[in-house]
Order: sequence, then C-alpha cells, then structure tokens
Amino acid sequence: MAVLVSAQTKVVVQGITGSAGSFHAKQCLAYGTKIVAGCTPHRGGEVFEGVGADGKAVKVPVFDTVAEAVKQTGADTSCIFVPAPGAADAILEAVDAGCRLVVCITEGVPVMDMIRVRRSLEGKPVTLIGPNCPGVITPGACKIGIMPGHIHRPGKYGVVSRSGTLTYEAVGQLTALGMGQSTCIGIGGDPVAGMDFIDALKLYNDDPDTEGVMMIGEIGGNAEEKAAAYIKQYMKKPVAGFIAGATAPPGKRMGHAGAIISGGKGTAKDKIAALEAAGVRMSPSPSEMGVTLKSML
Amino acid sequence: MKIHEYQAKQIFARYGLAVPKGYACTTVDEAVAAGEKLMAETKIPVVVVKAQIHAGGRGKGGGVKVVKGGASEIREAASKILGMQLITHQTGPEGQKVRRLYIEQGLDIARELYLGLVVDREQRQIAIMASTEGGMEIEKVAEESPEKIMTVHIDPVVGLSGYQARKLAFALKLGEGVPDAKKTTQSFVALLTKLATLFEKEDCSLCEINPLIVTKSGDIVALDGKVTFDDNAQFRHKEWADLLDKDEEDPVELEAKDTGLSYVSLDGNIGCLVNGAGLAMATMDIIQTHGGTPANFLDVGGGATKEQVTHAFKMILTSNKVRGIFVNIFGGIMRCDVIAEGVVAASKELGLTVPLVVRLAGTNVEEGKKILNESGLKIQAADTMADGAKKIVAAVAAA
Repeated sequence: MAVLVSAQTKVVVQGITGSAGSFHAKQCLAYGTKIVAGCTPHRGGEVFEGVGADGKAVKVPVFDTVAEAVKQTGADTSCIFVPAPGAADAILEAVDAGCRLVVCITEGVPVMDMIRVRRSLEGKPVTLIGPNCPGVITPGACKIGIMPGHIHRPGKYGVVSRSGTLTYEAVGQLTALGMGQSTCIGIGGDPVAGMDFIDALKLYNDDPDTEGVMMIGEIGGNAEEKAAAYIKQYMKKPVAGFIAGATAPPGKRMGHAGAIISGGKGTAKDKIAALEAAGVRMSPSPSEMGVTLKSML
Repeated sequence: MKIHEYQAKQIFARYGLAVPKGYACTTVDEAVAAGEKLMAETKIPVVVVKAQIHAGGRGKGGGVKVVKGGASEIREAASKILGMQLITHQTGPEGQKVRRLYIEQGLDIARELYLGLVVDREQRQIAIMASTEGGMEIEKVAEESPEKIMTVHIDPVVGLSGYQARKLAFALKLGEGVPDAKKTTQSFVALLTKLATLFEKEDCSLCEINPLIVTKSGDIVALDGKVTFDDNAQFRHKEWADLLDKDEEDPVELEAKDTGLSYVSLDGNIGCLVNGAGLAMATMDIIQTHGGTPANFLDVGGGATKEQVTHAFKMILTSNKVRGIFVNIFGGIMRCDVIAEGVVAASKELGLTVPLVVRLAGTNVEEGKKILNESGLKIQAADTMADGAKKIVAAVAAA
C-alpha cells in the first residue's frame, strides 16, 4: 500500500495555469494521478484540460483559492508550481485549506521564507515535501511532481533522495534489475525544507509493503548523519546509500542551495562514515546504487 | 553572494550599528587623502589600511596594516597592499588580487569578541553565536574550545528577545573593565537586536563581526564585517546588483549565472555537462573514481533550452584546461534530443578538438542518439555513467 500517496489521493495543483504547472499537471494526469482541482488567483472558473491514463479527456476546474478548491472537490494533497516569490505563501495557503500533504516543486525559495513556513507548520497535521524537489511517486498509482513516470515500476523498495536526476538514475537501475519501487520521495536540495530523511525512513520502516530502502544524500548539512543515528537504533529493513559530492570543493554551492561544505562540515567522507557505521551499505559509485541494495537482500 | 567589508559596514551603519569611520579607495593617492582626512576628522593619528577581498584571514596574510606614522606611512602601506596577491586560508594557494582598500580610523581596543549569525539548518532558525575569543577563526575555536562559543536561536515569529541578548552580554562579561557596566551591556543588546533585524530584512545567509570590539571608553563597535546574502532572495533585492564586485568572482561562473546555468570551476581537465545538481556531483565523483579529474561542475537544470545547452557546451569548449568532455544526461523533463541539438550546434560552430563521450538515458533517448549519430561529429557513446567515465578517462589519457 506504499506510503504518502496512493490511487485514492486527490490532488489540487497550485499554479496550474503557468507554463511549468500546466505541463506537469498534464504529465501527472496522463500517469493516472487524480488531479481534481487547480488553483490560480484570478483564474477561478476556468477549466484545465488534460488526458488521463485511459486516454479519455479530463476536465479540471480551476479555483481562485485553495480553500475553495478543497471545499468543492475534496482535494487532500497540494502540488505547488508557483514561482519562488509566492511559493511560501502557496504552502501556507494549502496548509490552511486543510491539505494533509503539500508537495512544493518550486526551486529558489528564500531560506528566510522557509524558516517562517516551518515555524508555522509546527503542531499542524500536515506533511511538507520540498521545496526544490522532484516530488513523490507511488508507481502505477499516483505521481505528484516532475519525475519521468515511465522509468518506475510498482514494487517493494523505497527510494528517498535530496536530488532529482540522481534519483531517476537510482530508480532506472532498480527497474533494470527487476526491483520495483513502493514509493519514491524526493525531499529536495534546500537547506531548510519539509520532510527529511528520518521522516521518510520512519514511513518505510512502518510500511508492510516496503522491504528495503535506497537513500541518496549529498554534501552539506548533517541530515545524513542524523539519519544514520536513526537507522542504527530503529531501522528494521536494509538500507543502501550513496552520497554525491565526494569531489566537491569546500565553500562552493554545488547547484543546490543546501549542497555546500562550510567550515569543514558536511563532507561526503563524514556522511559515508556515519552511514556505514549504522549498517548502511554504501554504493561505491553512482552507477552501482541498484546492485548495492540488491546485494543486501 | 558575498560583499566587501566596507559594503557590509555601510549596511551596518544604515541599521544603526556603530562602525569605525572609513573610506573605500582604489588608488594609493586616494588612500593617502582618505587617511589624512580621517586623521583630521577624528583627531586620532592612527589609521588602518585594509585590503578588500571576498575572503577572511586578511590580517594574517598581510592585508591589514595599522599605521601610526602619518601620510608617508599610509602611502607605503597602501602601495604594498594594493595590487598584491593576498593569500589567506580562504583564498586557496593562488590568492586573490587586491583591487580595493578601506582606510579606517584607529580605535582604542579594550577587548575583542566574536559575533556571528548563520542559518542553523538543523534547528531551522537563525543562530547567533558569540564568543570571547574575538579575532580568531571561529572554526578553530569551535574545534579546540567549543565551550567558549555561546549560541541562542531566534524564533521567527517572536524575533530576538531582550533576555536572549542579555544572556549573551552577561556571558561575555561585557560589564567588566569598562567605565559604565550597565551602559556597555545595554549597547550590546541594542546592537544585537539591530543585527538580528538586519539579517532577516536583508536576506543574509551569514553575518559575522570578528572582532566586535569594546573600546576603552566602553563603546561597542563592529571592527570587521562579513555579510553573505541568500542568492534565492535576489528577486526582492534589486540593490544587490550594485553591491556585486565582478572582479572577485570567477568570470565563467558569472557568465553561467547570467545564462541561468549553475557552474563551478574545478582544477581538473575533463569538462562535464550534466542535468541536475546531484547527478552533476555524482558525475564528478565517478570521473575521479576512474582516475580522471573534473574541470567543472555544470548543471544545465531541468528545463534548459537548446540555446542554453549550446551556451553551456561552448563554455566548456572554450576553456583552455579541458582535454576531454563527458556529457551525462538522465532525461526527465530535460529531453535528450534538446541536449543533442545543443551539443551539435556548439561543436559545429566552434569545432570539436577534444574527445567527447556522451551518455544519454531517459526521455527521448532514441531521438537524441539519432541526432548525434547523424551529426558527423566524432562522439563515443556510453551506456551507463560508469562506462562513460571509463571511456572519457581513457580517451584523455591517450590524447
């Protein structure tokens, strides 16, 4: 039954009339995702059209506010494509409207905005994924985000990652080995974001349909080290890992806002050592992620 | 984005923090005039000549000189520092050329403290760190005597509370050795409150005063200033464009930024063109695993156009250190045919004189391979990242 999203998940897409939002909303519809509403202020009343997985036309009503979208359609999950200046506001709007899951794809959200958002989310029954992430997918059931659906297969392995394309690389390797995925979660590359590795690992640990996890980290911060401590103490399932950026120079931001070694902290070496000590089998190179997980089964 | 000390101090002053009086200069004559003016204005016969580069540790590298001997000595110090290749622990072995000076008034220093504000990723709040060990590298203090660093976090809803600032003030023993203990403590609290506001309003990712000094008369003054902005917030800070010193940035990295690409120069000789930051880092790693060295990190992003890809590939082609190129694409949103078109267009325009290995996977992979095959360019195809890395390392070694 996978985690976070399923065939029953009802999605509202915020920013559905923008170029990125409309393109990806169509891709998600074609994958079979139940997009029940769109939201763009001042565009309420319009109808967004796409084609579903069955080849039939789908008409998605657009609303001015997320609250109205939720009220009219019963949407429980939001997917955000709103540009960076309005992304934090869009997250708060989705939470206030009662969405239980908010997936923010938007890249380039200021860290100060995310600090306020995280504080505002405290104690509320909502899960935030992202920003600056590819989204979440339960193969064959629901795709919320920008990942290429066709490389995934339904199965028993969880994938959680701070990267986008490197996740596709891992998924491609697993699929090629005949190892389908339960749910793949891209937690994003920003320094202050929603769900972290531990949140995802907890879900996989409790999910009867997940039998192993591929965890992909990168330089910067200490989320991997914290995850290692959790794995050591609680994880009941095999975890294979990879950390990108072993050759990255210190002090340089490597694409992702969060991927920076500062003050000698956040190096790949430290993360790999912490994960190995926790029993995670580390892939020696990015082209061996799939076989590394397979070798643990 | 980094700015100079003198620019940071201008922002400090705008928020009401006490900073020494000073003038920024680009020539020795300007420096001498600024020094004479300062001495006349302050009635203090001491000025400090400070190199302005985007790196810390300038004092140790010989980029800061306290001058007590008037105009001729200012001229001597300025001549020495301006134009020098300043090497510090943050510049790398080649150092950074000094193009600007800041001439500042001298002060009677009683104590040197450390004050730094950063985004604490773990707590998801701004952290304020203070230490009695001013003037030292804070990383070193953190390693050798972490108990000397005190930290408080700012609640984003409540803001910095007075008690938090007082807690730091008393821990720093600001009342000791000054004429009016209460006044000095209060001025620290006021300074910290202003600095916390500045950090938030100006979208900083780092704000460091090292040292923050207590003068013999009990005043608290920011003797140094280091400010780094959060690049993501650029859309609401048009004024940052005027603060950018292009001389301090890598020209190729600037060019990439203007084109909407993410690029970092490295020391090796294998150029990389990749989509996605994680995959781009992993590509560098796998090149190294197979015995090569990457010349750059280059992420063309998720939705690059043919023009952006062409531009990116040209940047690699024109780099004189590149001896081979590895294109590694896992098409998701990015279509392999768009990448192929860009690579072919750039190669045809500039000529391809080094080995090129291309690995394509994902969306529109067949169309992409077809464009490369029909281009007539000498390209080695690779099936996997590892295969591609092996091939490019071998090709560069053989060339």
